[in-house]
Amino acid sequence: MKRSEWLFLVALLAALALVPLLASNLVINFLVTALIVALAALGWNILGGLGGQISFGHAAFFGTGAYVTELLQLRLGANAWAAAVAGIAAGALVGLAIGAAVFRARLRGSYFALVTLAFAEVLRILANALDVTGGASGLLLPLQPGAAHFQFDQRSVFAWIGIACVGAVLLLTRHMMNSRFGAHLAAVRENEDAARALGVDILATKLRAITLSAAITAAAGVFYVQYFLYLDANIGYGTWISIEALLAAIIGGVGTMAGPLIGALALHGLGELTRGFAGSITGIDLVIFGLLLVAAIAFAPAGIVGAWKRYVGGRRNA
Amino acid sequence: MTYPPEIVAEAVVGGLLTGSVYALVALGLTLVYGVLHIINFAHGALLTCAMFAVWALVTFTGISPYTAIIPLAVVFFAVGYVLQRYLIGPASHGDDSNILLVTLGLSIAIENALLATFHADTRNLDGDFGFQVVEIGPMLISRPKLIGFAASLIVAGLLWLLLKRTDTGRAIRAVAKEKLGARLMGIEVGHIFGITFGLGCACLAVAACLLMPSFYVNPRVGNAFVLVAFTIVVLGGMGSVPGALLGGLFIGVVESLGGLLLGDSLGQLGIFIIFILVLLFRPTGLFGARA
Repeated sequence: MKRSEWLFLVALLAALALVPLLASNLVINFLVTALIVALAALGWNILGGLGGQISFGHAAFFGTGAYVTELLQLRLGANAWAAAVAGIAAGALVGLAIGAAVFRARLRGSYFALVTLAFAEVLRILANALDVTGGASGLLLPLQPGAAHFQFDQRSVFAWIGIACVGAVLLLTRHMMNSRFGAHLAAVRENEDAARALGVDILATKLRAITLSAAITAAAGVFYVQYFLYLDANIGYGTWISIEALLAAIIGGVGTMAGPLIGALALHGLGELTRGFAGSITGIDLVIFGLLLVAAIAFAPAGIVGAWKRYVGGRRNA
Repeated sequence: MTYPPEIVAEAVVGGLLTGSVYALVALGLTLVYGVLHIINFAHGALLTCAMFAVWALVTFTGISPYTAIIPLAVVFFAVGYVLQRYLIGPASHGDDSNILLVTLGLSIAIENALLATFHADTRNLDGDFGFQVVEIGPMLISRPKLIGFAASLIVAGLLWLLLKRTDTGRAIRAVAKEKLGARLMGIEVGHIFGITFGLGCACLAVAACLLMPSFYVNPRVGNAFVLVAFTIVVLGGMGSVPGALLGGLFIGVVESLGGLLLGDSLGQLGIFIIFILVLLFRPTGLFGARA
């Protein structure tokens, strides 16, 4: 990655960190929601962007992170931070388990997308029906402001933690892309048979990718539940988060480092704008998102980041 | 806990009847898969669209949903042709995962456009369709479902004949087997892709007309069908017409018995688990599919 891109990212995160100091609660709320989606999308991007395995079911990991964190606190009285770590670990474990079943059966492409969606739906139906998860009425996490409980009076603290998490994941992604594992993953994405012929362990590479990807998306789920303090099956395991993570990563720039963050901010910004213009018509923002996805695939396969690079490159060459 | 045999029998028959309409939905999907080798993720959203079209036609013009079959099938054939030929095909640059994402984008756009237009309310057809029953032995069978069953079988048969006996059908099968070879024989592949996609959409229109008298429609209703249809397609073997029919009937019974034994909320679980297991262990399908 070039130095200028790195500088841009640092500047972007710094600018985002200033927002809570200046803006109203409404804007901070918008920022935190976008950061949660960005985190989920960064996780999606590891598997879908860098590894080329497009998942329609990242809700399975998001929901597991959220439910485990909330249930450990509610049912066992666990400390919130310990529960958060357990939630992330549980998400990673679900990722590993699904990956082990699916990649061993050599499912890829469209089959992989559909089977991940089915796993997420199974979890959603279970969470909606079982008593331990509160069934259809969902679970409320009691309000206990205080750093020890991972709850804060000030929304801005959540925004800063979110920015720190996104920054940490970006560093991790960069480290990963430059590592041997990153090279293996890129080889698997570009041509599996060639990678195998070169001695890359395909299964192990994919399993590492899905585990890491699931852990990051689970962290987004943990963050969601600590911020909103409410969870039900359609939030935790609903298709919305699978779709938003995918949309943010692809529209932002699939396989690029900054893509998922930029995509999440752009989509949520656009969502607010359309809601501002179109008022109370539900769904109009998602119509635009869907059409944007089609347009991105048709005209800008590398998303906003790719289009920007092309624009800058074009100007430099001119 | 045991159930009296007539209740189980009624559930099985009910499942077969519902399953036949599922089969019709799956038929459109498997046709598109078999020829274009793509997974049309917008299938569910297009079904929802067709169901709203039936609802609007019947509610505002007063015609019977069964009269609407022919005109709607023609309209949806045209819609499908145009979608594939001028949107999905060009936008995806011939890459499979791109097609999946383009159709996902379409399904999000269609579903939410319907939500914006019709809101989240659930709608039924007016009339006494729900009370029309036929007595067969000790069982009371809903008449609209019986009609749906018969009509689904007829449509599946017609489709099969079209594929086997007509020039268009031969061209479709040729493109499915060997795209380049078909092109060299003078078949216009883009046109055949459009026709196939159009036929898939026409199946949806028929299914919508048969479903509406005994079902309801809301903007999200297609979601319930889409994974069911995918399950049927993988179960029957991707691209197989008889497979889709058998798979549909089987899934209908599984859902109906699952609902009886586990209750409605868990009943759907069986379908997804079958879907996952088939994909993991028999990705070529159960019914006479060739790898």
